[in-house]
Amino acid sequence: MLKKFLLSIFLFGLVAACSTTPKDTADSSGSGSSGDFNTTTTSEDAASTAAAADSTASDFEGIISGSYEDLVVNIGDRVYFSYDSFELDDDAKELLQHQAAWLKQYSKTSIIIEGHCDERGTREYNLALGEKRAQAVKNYLSGLGVIDFRLNTISYGKERPAVVGSTDAAWSQNRRSVTVVQ
Amino acid sequence: MNNKFLITISLFIFACFKVYGLEVTLTQGTIEPTPIAITDFFSKDLNSQKIGKNISQVISDNLERSGLFLPIDKKAFIQTEESLNNQPRFEDWKIIKAQHLISGKISKYNEKIAVEFRLFDVFAQKQLLGKKFETSEKNWRRVSHIISDAIYKRITGEGGYFDTRIIYVAETGSKENRQKRLAIMDQDQANHRFLTDGSYLVLTPRFSPNSQKITYMSYMTKNKPRVYIFDIETGQQEIVGEFPGMTFAPRFSPDGKKIIMSFTDPDIGNSEIYILDLATRNSKRITNSTAIDVSASFAPDGKKIVFNSDRNGRRHLYVAKPDGSNVKRISREGGSYYTPVWSPRGDMIAFTKQEGGQFYIGVMETDGKNERMIAKSFHVEGPTWSPNGRYLMYFKEERTASDGSGGESSLYSIDLTGYNERKIITPLGGSDPAWSPLMH
Repeated sequence: MLKKFLLSIFLFGLVAACSTTPKDTADSSGSGSSGDFNTTTTSEDAASTAAAADSTASDFEGIISGSYEDLVVNIGDRVYFSYDSFELDDDAKELLQHQAAWLKQYSKTSIIIEGHCDERGTREYNLALGEKRAQAVKNYLSGLGVIDFRLNTISYGKERPAVVGSTDAAWSQNRRSVTVVQ
Repeated sequence: MNNKFLITISLFIFACFKVYGLEVTLTQGTIEPTPIAITDFFSKDLNSQKIGKNISQVISDNLERSGLFLPIDKKAFIQTEESLNNQPRFEDWKIIKAQHLISGKISKYNEKIAVEFRLFDVFAQKQLLGKKFETSEKNWRRVSHIISDAIYKRITGEGGYFDTRIIYVAETGSKENRQKRLAIMDQDQANHRFLTDGSYLVLTPRFSPNSQKITYMSYMTKNKPRVYIFDIETGQQEIVGEFPGMTFAPRFSPDGKKIIMSFTDPDIGNSEIYILDLATRNSKRITNSTAIDVSASFAPDGKKIVFNSDRNGRRHLYVAKPDGSNVKRISREGGSYYTPVWSPRGDMIAFTKQEGGQFYIGVMETDGKNERMIAKSFHVEGPTWSPNGRYLMYFKEERTASDGSGGESSLYSIDLTGYNERKIITPLGGSDPAWSPLMH
């Protein structure tokens, strides 16, 4: 159920990404507007979600290849973490493999990887944890051959949640890294 | 009768209230606050009369907030201020059950005022304290705090804490994009002002020992969150050290010459604790583990530090020497521990604790013994000590609903006994409070 919920949020995120700024506008109340997408036929892992998005990407006009918007819409800019963890799970790794491929294709882009936490933890501890999450993504991308100097990190700790709400659903979307093209 | 007060203070009654999860322990001092009569400071000059009333009000509010005193309604007073100015009629004050009486006088000359006060023990019928201050008229509020401290100290035997300030982070806006500004105010919320404009994120301000400077963490330089020092008088800021990655969680050393903080090497991504000498700008690494090491705080004698680490899996508190040797875990119970702060008296450590979906403010002895929780909520965090080590301030954050409502953050103060929790009223939301040392 949770996965499905996240998926619809993700899809809504794609719509929002095109209509407004490509950042953090997911909102459960707005997921109804993702009706343009046929969520039931979309497979449930992040990579094929990205692939599904890929097939519809041509419908969106004005996305410049190699731009941050391109990454958000066609690859996916974020991966999620378990509570108090900076380990990348299989879904995260798969998405980052697509990111790595994209970064190699657009070799002039440099990125900043933001590390974020949910609100359960202290400000200072979460700053440290956020940095570890960003670093885990950086290391993984670097291991896939993306040159280190293109990869910067920053931690926002619990200061910039993507989704408001003191619920498991909100928290799971706030424990994230976001890859931002500079 | 002064003795009587001290006896009731020392008669600690331990009362435990069972709450969900951990127990919040209340160790009660006086059951009833001491009745005290605080008269308007007398003057023949009309303008000074107004100041006299204000001074009396500030003292009264201070003593009331301490939880140890009960100011008596002025309407009950029998003897007039003018008459009292000559000689107290103790019988008049006994009838209204005042244990202590404060009288005062303001004389005006040239550009200055002289503020004089006396503290009496009504039952012993004697003066306990008398002092005179000469100052410019605009300093009346500061003088009120200094007098409050003198009275508090004389009666309780503990140091005062009224002539102090609070630095904190003022918060406004939605949770995803909350605007944060450094703000400063007197301990009683007077003289509030903002120090930054909110165009960049600011976190965790802390005072220098002389209260003139603040160290804090800021995102002022794009994509470079770093520790800064902010000069309150001049408004000037400087970055602390030249580190290639994030620096955060700063605190001054007790002598004000060093800063202890965390640094994450951008090639490793793990937080270690460093001490930076502000004169030489040399920094020394204190911790060396693959775990998160953060939130370090000095003991008041500077001979030890306490910090937060997850090196043993869970988040615990550790004490070490400032060179990083003799690392010892002090927290022993379940749950996660964070943000340890050494008390100004040196005998206790306050901390944030998380257990069973709740957050707590707790205190323990410096070896981890006698841990007890004094405040509990969905989220409480970041205790800071009053300079006399009797009160703690912290912030509380409410749950946020999915529609974005709630999520407000506010400052609270509480007595070390777990009693007398009070919300600190601020113009906007508040978080990350830090209490200044005494300013006199």
